[in-house]
Amino acid sequence: MKLLTGNELRSGAVTWWTGNGWSIHVEDAADVGEHGEAILHAEEGARRVNAPYIIDALPTANGPRPAHIKDRIRALGPTVRADFSLKPADPAAGDWII
Amino acid sequence: MYKYDNYDQAIVDARVADFRDQVKRRIAGEITEDQFKPLRLMNGLYLQLHAYMLRVAIPYGTLDSTQMRMLAHIARKYDRDYGHFTTRQNIQYNWIKLEECADILEELATVEMHAIQTSGNCIRNISSDQYAGAAADEVVDPRPWAELLRQWSTFHPEFSYLPRKFKIAVIASSEDRAAMRLHDIGLELIRQDGELGARVFVGGGMGRTPMIAPEINPFVKADDLLSYLEACLRVYNRYGRRDNIYKARIKILIHEIGADEYRRQVAEEFAHVKTLGIDPPLAELERISAFFAPPAYDASDVEPDRSDPDFAVWLDQNVKPHKQAGYAIVNISLKPIGGIPGDATSAQIDVMADLAEKYSFDELRVTHAQNIVLPYVAKRDLYAVWQGLRDAELADANLDLISDIIACPGLDYCSLANARSIPVAQKIATRFADMDRQRDLGELKLKISGCINACGHHHAGHIGILGVDRKGVENYQLTFGGSGAEDVSIGKIIGPGFDEDGVVDAVEKATEVYKALRQGNERFIDTYRRVGMNPFKEAIYG
Repeated sequence: MKLLTGNELRSGAVTWWTGNGWSIHVEDAADVGEHGEAILHAEEGARRVNAPYIIDALPTANGPRPAHIKDRIRALGPTVRADFSLKPADPAAGDWII
Repeated sequence: MYKYDNYDQAIVDARVADFRDQVKRRIAGEITEDQFKPLRLMNGLYLQLHAYMLRVAIPYGTLDSTQMRMLAHIARKYDRDYGHFTTRQNIQYNWIKLEECADILEELATVEMHAIQTSGNCIRNISSDQYAGAAADEVVDPRPWAELLRQWSTFHPEFSYLPRKFKIAVIASSEDRAAMRLHDIGLELIRQDGELGARVFVGGGMGRTPMIAPEINPFVKADDLLSYLEACLRVYNRYGRRDNIYKARIKILIHEIGADEYRRQVAEEFAHVKTLGIDPPLAELERISAFFAPPAYDASDVEPDRSDPDFAVWLDQNVKPHKQAGYAIVNISLKPIGGIPGDATSAQIDVMADLAEKYSFDELRVTHAQNIVLPYVAKRDLYAVWQGLRDAELADANLDLISDIIACPGLDYCSLANARSIPVAQKIATRFADMDRQRDLGELKLKISGCINACGHHHAGHIGILGVDRKGVENYQLTFGGSGAEDVSIGKIIGPGFDEDGVVDAVEKATEVYKALRQGNERFIDTYRRVGMNPFKEAIYG
């Protein structure tokens, strides 16, 4: 599956295209299929996202899992600061990245 | 320390106002990201993995307690309560919001700080010896020259769009504590027949094509230095490879045309530049130098009481001789076992500022090894300083030992990285946590980069580690034999790479080989240079 991701313009936070908007949670990301480029240009033009790009991901029971470690780190947060991750209360959350 | 004059303050304030307007227009959609990106980069603002990152300049790594407290304030108010000190003597904040960036720059400007030229294809922050003004072996204090270069290079109209970024280091000691020859231009201030001048090295650097800068001129008189550097930059600006980013650094130009031809062209250009009268008059040099006058030393030469064993270990490892009797240079390690190299919390930054104000004539330095220095501490005060550091968890006695690791932010933060650096550093430091074991190994400079851009200086590590991407999996190459010091050398890859745990094991095996083969007082790198790579390869790869 293909995901569209980028960073919020104002905050710089990682964000994922959900099909009708943006979410900071990769679990909410939608498969953009062949429409990624068109959505990307429209959303970038409307300044709802900064530096967007399309990635490969695998569908799992818990939602999409980006194919590359870089995007999994983007999705959760730095592996060396669990307190800054999106799941600070889950000590095993980092296993998802590796 | 140098203090801004009205002109310095005016240009920094004007830049803040410019950037505030640029951000406003970007958020309003009046300019695109393609238009905005070069503007934000000129103000040190990157877009990294998780957020915007702001790199703040610390000119030649020197700052006072007020500035240091401002860095803590920025971390506390605008970031996540910490900052990351870098290998170019700067500080980076990893969680900055675009809409707050101009406010940050405005606050920095109130203490004579900024983020100008911390990115982009321009002359970056001038770096220098962290012991400048305090080192017993220096010919002259290099800071006035670094400051002169800062003023010359700031907003230099001809050099704001160079083929690629440009880094200059200035030292004034035969011992190189600034990796001088691994810079685009390295200057070693020397005296020749009593006259002050500089050896000029051009074309060094790390990155994907590491090179040691050749000596382009063995002695440029101090009076000619700016004109000579102007000529060096002009030749580069004219002929540097703008067509290929991987060949755009000056090291490639000099490698391609040869040091002799580059030297000839610089001499030709210098003959012209010298007629332009850009070298400052003596009065200006004296004005700048006056800011760096020695502090009012007043301590008698008494040795500290070594009865506290932890203090004694710290004293032996982290405290260095001073040129002034009764004083010492204190190195504050930002490398706690299992910690993140170069990171300091707001509270720790405040503690260091307080200690500098009380015990180091209000001055601190940032080192390229991502540590902090208090350059002027009276020996009578060393125990009190150590107690203050210990209470803030800043008293790790590991300077230049295997756990004093340089590591770039790596894939945990950096959009350019291919692999994580910090977890490897943490695992190695933890493996060698025992201080007796570290001290037995002695000086061992281990440096880790998460990509070929080499921000973690792996090429210059006695042991270097380079993280690469092997089909989406992190892999780590080992290099041995690098050095950024006066015995400068580029490390060599020893063989196939490892996974994260494998590279930690390999490092440990290398230290065992060293312990078995070392002679006398040899350091790891000395033994490696004497015996070569084979004994290490055999132990590591079996």
